Amino acid sequence: MKPAPFEYHRPRSVGEAVDLLASLPNAKVLAGGQSLMPMLNMRFVIPDHVIDLNSIDGLAYIRDVGDRIAIGSMTRQRDIELSPVIHERLPLLSEALHFTGHTQTRNRGTLGGSLCHLDPAAEQPAVALTCDAEVVAVGPRGSRTIPIAEFVVSYMTTCLEPDEIVTEIRFPTPSRRQGFAFMEFARRHGDFAMASVAVLLTPADDGTIERCAITVGGIGSVPVRAAQAEAAIRGKVPEEAHFVRAAEMCGELEAVADVHAPASYRQQLARVLTERALRSAAGRL
Amino acid sequence: MTKMHPVSVTVNGRKHDLEVEGRLTLADMLRHRLHLTGTHLGCEHGVCGACTVLVDGRSARSCLMLAVQTDGKSVETVEGLAAADGTLHPIQDAFIEHHGLQCGYCTPGMLMTLVELLRTGTELSEPVVREAISGNLCRCTGYQGIVDAALTAARTMASQKQALSE
Repeated sequence: MKPAPFEYHRPRSVGEAVDLLASLPNAKVLAGGQSLMPMLNMRFVIPDHVIDLNSIDGLAYIRDVGDRIAIGSMTRQRDIELSPVIHERLPLLSEALHFTGHTQTRNRGTLGGSLCHLDPAAEQPAVALTCDAEVVAVGPRGSRTIPIAEFVVSYMTTCLEPDEIVTEIRFPTPSRRQGFAFMEFARRHGDFAMASVAVLLTPADDGTIERCAITVGGIGSVPVRAAQAEAAIRGKVPEEAHFVRAAEMCGELEAVADVHAPASYRQQLARVLTERALRSAAGRL
Repeated sequence: MTKMHPVSVTVNGRKHDLEVEGRLTLADMLRHRLHLTGTHLGCEHGVCGACTVLVDGRSARSCLMLAVQTDGKSVETVEGLAAADGTLHPIQDAFIEHHGLQCGYCTPGMLMTLVELLRTGTELSEPVVREAISGNLCRCTGYQGIVDAALTAARTMASQKQALSE
């Protein structure tokens, strides 16, 4: 199908975009368009105004700021995937992006767009949760920094106000080497995952795990941090018995059933993927 | 009718200036306004890959871009692959040789996706090719001929490059 008629706006600055968003009724923000465009084509959304961020300079960048990596919201997924800085300092994101759609969609799709769309099976929100990332949003009242745990509210819903635009995502990057792994299962490479697991392990000096982050995506309405499973790893030496126990806990998380898979199958996938991801992450410590 | 927007876009090396509605997709601009019907539309929501074109050298699904967004950009479609004298691109020759197409509907998208991959000049293997075309659906061939064609084209292009440098 074709999109229903809308007025197209091409702001040149974040300020101009925010003004448009605050003043126009029933407006949608267009980032990379790899989710909004299908929804427009299928007329799942019929906005009166589309505000295209693609002509705003200075929203696409990857900056290594010492203890964190700052990524501009309009940075293309393909540029993040190919970035040597990301590969070196944030390898979990590189690994996860490998599963995000296809080259054709990563060439257009943006990090900020994926976070704001918040598909439950999307890789980038899962990585952001795992890293305790922060989201910078700009609105008519100025700029604010939102912890990702607050940003993610519910099914495809963020805490953004209707007149706010995401400009930057910040990923903390500890100096210590971390073990990481991203795994998912889909019927075809690049399809929406039926389950995905992101793992980040930070070791302490004595060889135990100081910080363990496990995020399970694709099984429920939003990607979730598996707090109980994390606690089963934290403070312990990385060994098989703990991985199995943590994986079992991930297999008990709430899951949804749909045409692709029953809930029990998703839970089974979450368990198996967590076990494998923990093993793989530990092997990279 | 909503407001019209000027677009100045280069398609296969030729510059076009036109006025488009905001909602017009790149695919529909190519097919209906520029009459370049080589770009095929399958699903129109970014799943099948048939409408893949290159925008500033990068593959994109032309059903998921607005025509107005190509203002100032360079677009390459399947019509631009062969040389002016009709000499086919190595990937086109290889598709013929390996029966990489049957009904031909997915072919333009397959070709443009593979051209982007071949231009990287990296050594190709079957898994790499299969992943590259994972976003392009073909319901006829079973993909084997397409994979074989891509590997052949990569070898042809590598030997052409070597011949040039000698």
